[in-house]
Amino acid sequence: MPKLLEVKNLKTQFFTQDGVVHAVNGISYIVNEGETVAIVGESGSGKSVGVMSLIRLIPQPPGKIVDGEVWFDGQDLLKLSEDELRRVRGNRIAMIFQDPMTSLNPVLTIGRQITEALELHLNMSREQSRKRAVELLELVGIPGAASRLDDYPHQFSGGMRQRVMIAMGLSCNPQLLIADEPTTALDVTIQAQIVDLVNRLKDELGMAIIWITHDLGVVAGMAQRVIVMYSGFIVEEAHVDEIYAQPRHPYTLGLLRSIPRLDLGRQKRLVPIEGLPPDLLEAPSHCPFAPRCSFAVDKCWEANPPLEPVGPNHKAACWVDISGVKVIADVKETEVAA
Amino acid sequence: MSAATNGVNGKGKLLEVNDLKMHFPITKGIVFQRQVGAIKAVDGVSFDLYSGETLGLVGESGCGKSTTGRAILQLYRPTDGQVVFEGKDLVQTKGEELRRMRRRMQMIFQDPYASLNPRMTVGSIVGEPLDVHGIGSSRKERQERVQELLKIVGLNPYFVNRYPHEFSGGQRQRIGVARALAVNPSFIVADEPISALDVSIQAQVINLMEDLQEELGLTYLFIAHDLSVVRHISDRIAVMYLGKIVELADRDELYRNPMHPYTQALLSAVPIPDPKIENQRKRIILEGDVPSPANPPKGCNFCTRCPRVMDICREQEPTFKDYGDGHYAACFLHE
Ligand SMILES: Nc1ncnc2c1ncn2[C@@H]1O[C@H](COP(=O)(O)OP(=O)(O)OP(=O)(O)O)[C@@H](O)[C@H]1O
Ligand SMILES: Nc1ncnc2c1ncn2[C@@H]1O[C@H](COP(=O)(O)OP(=O)(O)OP(=O)(O)O)[C@@H](O)[C@H]1O
Ligand SMILES: [Mg+2]
Ligand SMILES: [Mg+2]
Repeated sequence: MPKLLEVKNLKTQFFTQDGVVHAVNGISYIVNEGETVAIVGESGSGKSVGVMSLIRLIPQPPGKIVDGEVWFDGQDLLKLSEDELRRVRGNRIAMIFQDPMTSLNPVLTIGRQITEALELHLNMSREQSRKRAVELLELVGIPGAASRLDDYPHQFSGGMRQRVMIAMGLSCNPQLLIADEPTTALDVTIQAQIVDLVNRLKDELGMAIIWITHDLGVVAGMAQRVIVMYSGFIVEEAHVDEIYAQPRHPYTLGLLRSIPRLDLGRQKRLVPIEGLPPDLLEAPSHCPFAPRCSFAVDKCWEANPPLEPVGPNHKAACWVDISGVKVIADVKETEVAA
Repeated sequence: MSAATNGVNGKGKLLEVNDLKMHFPITKGIVFQRQVGAIKAVDGVSFDLYSGETLGLVGESGCGKSTTGRAILQLYRPTDGQVVFEGKDLVQTKGEELRRMRRRMQMIFQDPYASLNPRMTVGSIVGEPLDVHGIGSSRKERQERVQELLKIVGLNPYFVNRYPHEFSGGQRQRIGVARALAVNPSFIVADEPISALDVSIQAQVINLMEDLQEELGLTYLFIAHDLSVVRHISDRIAVMYLGKIVELADRDELYRNPMHPYTQALLSAVPIPDPKIENQRKRIILEGDVPSPANPPKGCNFCTRCPRVMDICREQEPTFKDYGDGHYAACFLHE
């Protein structure tokens, strides 16, 4: 698959009263055309700041992209003028945000919010854009779409608002859709609807997706590649099958072990990741996960390991080889859920 | 509801909820408020709770889980029904007597960031219920109890003079648990106690709750929407939909043999962190949105979204019955 996006050494910091927050510490990755890449990691690990930096949507100040390149279709997005970038944003790269209520305008009708983008980016007439808006709402499964065009966001349920956001994201046939935890606030049944919808649309429209989440279950059902972030670093990156079968970073292993699984026999006891999330005010000179890592050796406290290949389609940033460690240790593989 | 004669592990009944209803009035008018309708947040819920067990309560957002928990603890006074705790109906109990009963029942809240007063030290947060219920006469006694509680939940007793913002989410939730334990309750309603926490931290709090249950013999009503977590912690599980319990069964029975189409859809929607399984699974994708509790449909509440809906479901309400071994369901497919 041809490369669509290439991020090189992206580094974003926030200059606050308390000091410099090292939110994203030089991350590099590629997204190919038509591919879904998931970014997972705990709260504060830099997932949102990382993708918002791609299209320069972080508040500056206090934020600043201090280094890096973002290559999309032959140009470095970080070097474009604000005007040039606006033509890319919402058009060829669309973004769905974490909270639909804050990103939908409460005083504009749903229809107007969709048609506005169509008129701006695709030069459609009012007539054309309304017709397209109905199609889009139907595409994302809003019942009676034509009659809901003149409703306001508060008249929709949470799941419907999220689907409207997706419709807006898709309105200009983007090549890349960035979705920041689009289902986190939703119920599992609604989440299943949305995941199903996005998977279908991706096949139909052939776009690439960056899907941010902290739910490793959702990732398994939709991504081809997974990027794991910790403390502003990419600590592991692999093909989806690889990462679940044989994680090579202790943090990924810890995440997989700490969640109870519906498909397996019930664990006697969960295995938590001990300790606290990292303090981003310090630029670590050692592995950022070392304080919580049960595999840590002296070297982990001396230098931060680089992200390096550990196998085909698999990279990890760890000094220790954990490839012999089983993900599921103490569970009988008995009942498999429906 | 006809209770199973002997409870889980032969233990006694601690709590009996009979046809509990909690309706919130919808009013109109500014000067003269008149009631124009009601939000039937909880609309006829019945179940028993046995000493030392964990009953999981699941269901989607807005189905009435929190309201059920609050109405049981009398934080809301129910519109109708009975809540019999240790032989006494709390709905009919008032004043000093209710206050004394309440000591035995505590709540842990969903959001460890919002539920702790930021201007109070950890010591005063944990110690406050002691004052409210007049326990621990001397300052020294109180101090000792607070330190003991912090130790129980795995926090350093030296933290007493710190403020909530100095703690992580998982630690804050521990503070909430310590506070709930202060007055020696026998029953705890845990309302989504881990939902606001990071995956890596959730397991810490679940393990803590399990340890405390074992040591102190606590009974839990564990409210959550994550079915994997609920299966892990619960002995029995109740599934709620739009103000009613649609199914209730032993943990393993519910997952092995879900009877209600809503439970089936819910289980099939839980993502499983294994791409091999995930890519082969057949999902039941529900169409449509949850109806409003102010305007529930005629017949079965699930009839507007049920993939197996029949004519009768749109006319009559199914009864919640025991289909054997304490597996309850309310569905015409089985009647
Ligand atoms: N405007 C800001 N000012 C200061 N620090 C910020 C700002 N925005 C983000 N940060 C910091 O940057 C770090 C990364 O934040 P980010 O929002 O990317 O995390 P995340 O991985 O998306 O977490 P979540 O899962 O909670 O959404 C955090 O430590 C955060 O506090
Ligand atoms: N004090 C109140 N006044 C009026 N309506 C209320 C009140 N509390 C809850 N409701 C309504 O009752 C219904 C049930 O709410 P409840 O908070 O019990 O749901 P829940 O199952 O706990 O949902 P969630 O998973 O989102 O926490 C909702 O429609 C809610 O809007
Ligand atoms: Mg985020
Ligand atoms: Mg609730």
